[in-house]
Amino acid sequence: MAFAKDLNLDATELRLGLPGTSDESAKNQTPATLRSNNKRALPEESMSSNATASKNCNQETAPLPKAQVIGWPPIRSYRKNNLQPKKSEGEISGIYVKVSMDGAPYLRKIDLKVFKGYPELLKALEDMFKFKAGEYSEREGYNGSEFVPTYEDKDGDWMLVGDVPWEMFTNSCKKLRIMKGSEARGLGCVV
Amino acid sequence: MQKEMAYSFPDEVLKHVFSFIQSDKDRNAVSLVCKSWYEIERWCRRKVFIGNCYAVSPRMVIRRFPEVRSIELKGKPHFADFNLVPDGWGGYVLQWIAEMAGAYPWLGEIRLKRMVVTDESLELIAKSFKNFKVLVLFSCEGFSTDGLAAIAASCKNLRELDLRESEVDDLSGHWLAQFPETCTSLVSLNISCLGSDEVSFSALERLVDRCPNLRSLQLNRAVTLDKIANILRRAPQLVDFGTGNYAAELQPDVFSNLAGAFSSCKELKSLSGFWDVVPAYLPALYSICPRLTSLNLSYATIQSPDLIKLVSHCPRLQRLLFLIQVLDYVEDSGLEELASSCKDLQELRVFPSDPFGVEPNVSLTEQGLVAVSLGCPKLQSVLYFCRRMSNAALVTIAQNCPNLTRFRLCIIEPKTPDYLTLEPLDAGFGAIVEHCKDLRRLSLSGLLTDHVFEYIGTYGKKLEMLSVAFAGDSDLGLHHVLSGCESLRKLEIRDCPFGDKALLANAAKLETMRSLWMSSCAVSFGACKLLGQKMPKLNVEVIDETEPPDSRPESYPVDKLYIYRSVAGPRFDMPPFVWSMDEAVKILH
Repeated sequence: MAFAKDLNLDATELRLGLPGTSDESAKNQTPATLRSNNKRALPEESMSSNATASKNCNQETAPLPKAQVIGWPPIRSYRKNNLQPKKSEGEISGIYVKVSMDGAPYLRKIDLKVFKGYPELLKALEDMFKFKAGEYSEREGYNGSEFVPTYEDKDGDWMLVGDVPWEMFTNSCKKLRIMKGSEARGLGCVV
Repeated sequence: MQKEMAYSFPDEVLKHVFSFIQSDKDRNAVSLVCKSWYEIERWCRRKVFIGNCYAVSPRMVIRRFPEVRSIELKGKPHFADFNLVPDGWGGYVLQWIAEMAGAYPWLGEIRLKRMVVTDESLELIAKSFKNFKVLVLFSCEGFSTDGLAAIAASCKNLRELDLRESEVDDLSGHWLAQFPETCTSLVSLNISCLGSDEVSFSALERLVDRCPNLRSLQLNRAVTLDKIANILRRAPQLVDFGTGNYAAELQPDVFSNLAGAFSSCKELKSLSGFWDVVPAYLPALYSICPRLTSLNLSYATIQSPDLIKLVSHCPRLQRLLFLIQVLDYVEDSGLEELASSCKDLQELRVFPSDPFGVEPNVSLTEQGLVAVSLGCPKLQSVLYFCRRMSNAALVTIAQNCPNLTRFRLCIIEPKTPDYLTLEPLDAGFGAIVEHCKDLRRLSLSGLLTDHVFEYIGTYGKKLEMLSVAFAGDSDLGLHHVLSGCESLRKLEIRDCPFGDKALLANAAKLETMRSLWMSSCAVSFGACKLLGQKMPKLNVEVIDETEPPDSRPESYPVDKLYIYRSVAGPRFDMPPFVWSMDEAVKILH
């Protein structure tokens, strides 16, 4: 390709930007909080020096306390899980359940064990899927909300999140589904 | 003159000739000879392998190859195996199945790796392909036993069902009973990943009974030891067998029954499974050990002496996978035993039982691997976890095993230097790439500077896949690899100080590779955008679960970056935490 010919590299010198672009001195980038993502970057715009970037990277690669580096050592979760002697669900760290939301094309997974109660769980779900569940009340459930968090329990029944005590919930919840409010009627939240 | 020769064969003859050409590479070459060969070839291509499901669209494949009978697809990047790719990233197979359902009514084989497969997809397979024979779901997820029930019930001529290492929602063990009584065609069944306590064992027994061609069977952990004999007596023709649980209280009648059942399997060459091993039952295998060529004990929590006793009965072993226990015993001597008895060994994998242990009760070191390299001249493939290494050892291994094609070394603590000299391990890995001229796959670990990459770039001419973690000093390292490794297809990097320069200077190289993964490195968002704009044949995807990359300065490094070549353009199934750098794609907040 033409790139190879344009490269002016010796053993130690590399050029910023794609071959053919000029190598301007580093510019400081202002925070681009309101910057539109569609804005085309100028061809001559050079990358600012990697000082910030490498500093961050160095922080990341500083020695971490053991067992805190995600994905290291590189052992498949399948293998890690299978090394444990057979235990009942929930004993091994984490109660992972899948979460789906009506209208979203993908599922997420969350660990119920990291939450202390319903408020935390609901906040996490709201953040994850960008919706508002509204106020829960025993009598009316999430009446009036556009989206309603529900879950499937061990018996295969779909229940409203919040109806049973938290401990009972974490022990019986198999998966979560954030339903459209209109479909959630009949889950026992109507007076 | 030459033109005449090319056209002098009628199409039928050429078609017949091409039918002998099976390898994708050769078929691709054939299709480039001339237009008519391209046409003839594309109509008679029966097998398609797609290493990245996003590199091409189903429609494009169907348009070019209208008569495909067998398809293999791979989805998520390799680092997904280590939880570096968030859930919901992608790799959905449904759209492929839906389009193929219409276009390939005779599709008989589907092999998937690291893809999300739903029950809906499985049901669609079950009802769309009348001649369906082979389903392999390797490290897949997203489906339940309901989907399997659909496959079992509808696929009258199913030959192979292999679910290895997949994550299956175990709703009920009764899916096995869905195989109709008329199904007698099974050749291979791998259900080792299923967790269900209620795999319907009676259904399994009946299935095994009526499938006389069953050659390969891998049971799941729920199947207890006392049941193995029943299964084996029903299938003495097995070549490849995976036990379930291998633990029980030692009872003489159970033992002799088991030993007898094993010895009646005259074709048995490969064993796996062995969860929760009770060593007293291992001698039940002794009668078949002399025939074994492959032994996977990587889940068997047995101690070294029992392991060695077993292995010493297996002189024809070519492939050995096992788990090293951190114990008081010196495991290296065990490997020395292995090296002296298994001269045909080609592949060795050693896994750590206690990867997060803080105090290494050092029982396995580099010496074990050196011993094996000395004693097993046919060694080609190594995966080795250990806690210390030296340049001297690596040089010795390199010199002893010039035929290595795959070498993956994981020194458990990142950035561990040579334990003798405290130097980086550059020279050791350098020796590996220099001496092993056919090396195709390499994984690095330990303390490494840019120098190791210089060696790799200089000598690693056949290297196709390279995995790098916590290594290098500067962009020069990455530049050496991208500019030197001519055969590089897959490069995956984590936690290295590689930034924009090398990536942008070698942008063209990325179009010659399948994919590049970089996480926790120093590539800026601005560079990603530039790459995305300038290289339309690359999909440049930034992954960030915390906040949109454009909410920070352009110079800020991205969390994770996945770049792959594609003729299909940017994909449309990206979750909110994946941003495409393609100009034409509106990046969602």
